[in-house]
Amino acid sequence: MAFDEMLTAENLPRPPYKDYHEWYAAQDTAHLIRKTQDAENIFRKTGITFAVYGHADSSEKLIPFDIIPRIISAREWRKLAQGIEQRVLALNAFLDDIYHKQEIIKAGRIPRELIEKNVAFLPEMIGFKPPGGVYTHIVGTDIVRTGEDQFYVLEDNARTPSGVSYMLENRETMMQMFPELFTLNKVQRVEDYPRLLRQSLAAVAPPGCKGKPRVAVLTPGIYNSAYYEHSFLADQMGVELVEGSDLRVLDGKVQMRTTRGYEAIDVLYRRVDDDFLDPLTFRPDSALGIPGIMDVYRAGNVTIANAPGTGICDDKAIYSYMPEIVEFYTGRKALLENVPTWRCSEPASLKYVLENIADLVIKEVHGSGGYGMLVGPTATKKERSDFAEKLSARPSNYIAQPTLALSTVPIFVNKGIAPRHVDLRPYVLVSDKVKIIPGGLTRVAIKQGSLVVNSSQGGGTKDTWVLED
Amino acid sequence: MLGRTANGLYWMFRYIERAENIARLVDAGLRVSLTRAGSSDEDWHGVLESAGVREAYSEVHDKMTASDAVDYLLRDRTNLSSVMSCIEAGRNNARMVRTALTRETWEATNEAWIDLKARMSRKPKAADLPELIGVIKHRCGLIRGAFHGSMLRNEIYNFARIGTFIERADNTARILDVKYYVLLPSVSQVGSALDNFQWESILRSVSAHRSYGWVYDGEYQASNIADMLILQVQMPRSLAYCYEKIVSNLHYLSEDYGGERLTAHDTADAIRTMLKRGSVTEIMDQGLHEFLEDFVYRNNQLSAEISDGYRFYQ
Repeated sequence: MAFDEMLTAENLPRPPYKDYHEWYAAQDTAHLIRKTQDAENIFRKTGITFAVYGHADSSEKLIPFDIIPRIISAREWRKLAQGIEQRVLALNAFLDDIYHKQEIIKAGRIPRELIEKNVAFLPEMIGFKPPGGVYTHIVGTDIVRTGEDQFYVLEDNARTPSGVSYMLENRETMMQMFPELFTLNKVQRVEDYPRLLRQSLAAVAPPGCKGKPRVAVLTPGIYNSAYYEHSFLADQMGVELVEGSDLRVLDGKVQMRTTRGYEAIDVLYRRVDDDFLDPLTFRPDSALGIPGIMDVYRAGNVTIANAPGTGICDDKAIYSYMPEIVEFYTGRKALLENVPTWRCSEPASLKYVLENIADLVIKEVHGSGGYGMLVGPTATKKERSDFAEKLSARPSNYIAQPTLALSTVPIFVNKGIAPRHVDLRPYVLVSDKVKIIPGGLTRVAIKQGSLVVNSSQGGGTKDTWVLED
Repeated sequence: MLGRTANGLYWMFRYIERAENIARLVDAGLRVSLTRAGSSDEDWHGVLESAGVREAYSEVHDKMTASDAVDYLLRDRTNLSSVMSCIEAGRNNARMVRTALTRETWEATNEAWIDLKARMSRKPKAADLPELIGVIKHRCGLIRGAFHGSMLRNEIYNFARIGTFIERADNTARILDVKYYVLLPSVSQVGSALDNFQWESILRSVSAHRSYGWVYDGEYQASNIADMLILQVQMPRSLAYCYEKIVSNLHYLSEDYGGERLTAHDTADAIRTMLKRGSVTEIMDQGLHEFLEDFVYRNNQLSAEISDGYRFYQ
């Protein structure tokens, strides 16, 4: 039986949900059904959509939004926030180390080939210190819960975490639909995120930048799955939303083509992958990037956030070393636990994984978005044997984890409420300080019993409340 | 502002304007088939011609039928000037420049797309066409209204307005050019029943069949109709009105940009002066068709100069 965050086994509300539960009990179901439809209309009208690749007829989809909030107490949050901060600082120290002295390798804590042979490791970053020494300006740490006090980090998402616009729009929608709930409960604010993001990006402007730093968001364009978020963030921060074709390198600076000529950009919040950033350095066929931007970057004339080469932290084999990484750089045990992980590159682990495939979740080390993974317990026999074949052919491409009994939070269905599995992605901003936004994106598996919360696989979202003390 | 953003605004409003004009053309076409005894499907040739898609139509259809022509003009995605294609292109441009638009303007555009896409997901029945056309005009009107009521009067506004009026001038000139021969003085000075009918159809395509009466005291007269669509500055779809707006918006841009004047400013000024000083008699003497052809060419030229001058493209 999974841990339910709202209700105890006796069907009584847990403390953070007390006021909400009382309010809910007084509501009329028909009214809530109507509210759910209202929410959908708000999202559709605003155009809060995402694209699913490979679906020609449904190029823009809505992410299902559930009207029941996920509530976290101030005490629970403090614990999480400390753990997240520790982890994010360790990630930055790790990146700085692997691109400089590589002490963690020399100390024998992590194998050299795992770093240097990693496709996400960028030799172009070796010996280069990004402005302010910050590599991961924006992090979205995925957290799952299995019990009252058991939290695990599932992924670190140090490259380009997405979904923050849903955190903000979900809150906006809830406040519009149920204003009374926010007088009943003291919920910590998430609305400051865009302002904090802008401050945080401005704080890491290149040292040579005089005056107010010019910030821009770089998007691959309107056909990208997260385009809505890119335009939303640019709009909320009050900065330009640029595409590669708007930019060029002129006079040693990255400049954007305006109606009045070219103007320099100091900080680029890029939502374009490393591979596509600079066709002169990385993929020559990239039409999304800016030829020569890496030279400007290395000359210290532009800040790229997140820094190129941070994607290595998202590698699931690296993830399996996170407890060592945190300890190595902070000198303390990790406050937040990792999910136990088998590295299939190790023969003993591979043997174990193949024998227990029916009980494990197997993931590609570079995979994301719920693609290319096997959920053993729900897979068919054929899917398992097909996957075992792929796994045996390239063991180092995979890791395996036990299927955790993810906590549930009820969602609203037409007959009332029903428990569904959730995860949580809080957002962290790193500049000269670390800021963790109290809340985050709760993703929820809409299908009964399902453990897959990814929006590309039909998952939904909830507003996430962190209560004040 | 980014050159690409200026480009997106310009084209967003060109497409929305075009969608509305095409709907109006279809409306006038339907009216013809309703009122004219012995009208034939062939009448749609002229409508397709005015929309600039006659050749493209014959590439996908062997025969000319009212039903096919209407469908081609309203829904066909292979027709880049169909109402649905224009609404989608307008909305895609709006998405691209979303940070430049107010929430109201964006939502009016997005909702127009959602609504019209649903309404045109299958071929409408002939009986439902008047309602559909009404909805298209209504939706475009809402976008315009939201835009007027909520946008700052700055460069964003100017580029959007310039796009609107370049497109509108082009559309009006084309509508006239397709029917120019029914306006020639040699045909008749006093309209026959047939002329009256043709003339009314022209006025209807620019929603001027009522206002004409107020300006010219009732009776249809070829030269007055030409005057109204070309030179009458009170008429919001006339070439003269469009150029008043284009010139003033270009002027605001120039002021905004520290007095910077581009080739486009000279071109627009020249066209405006020509329209301000011109008379219908002169135009008719020189040749109405030649005049319109030259106008469409110069209007396109101006569009290209604006794109270059304000760095719309790389």
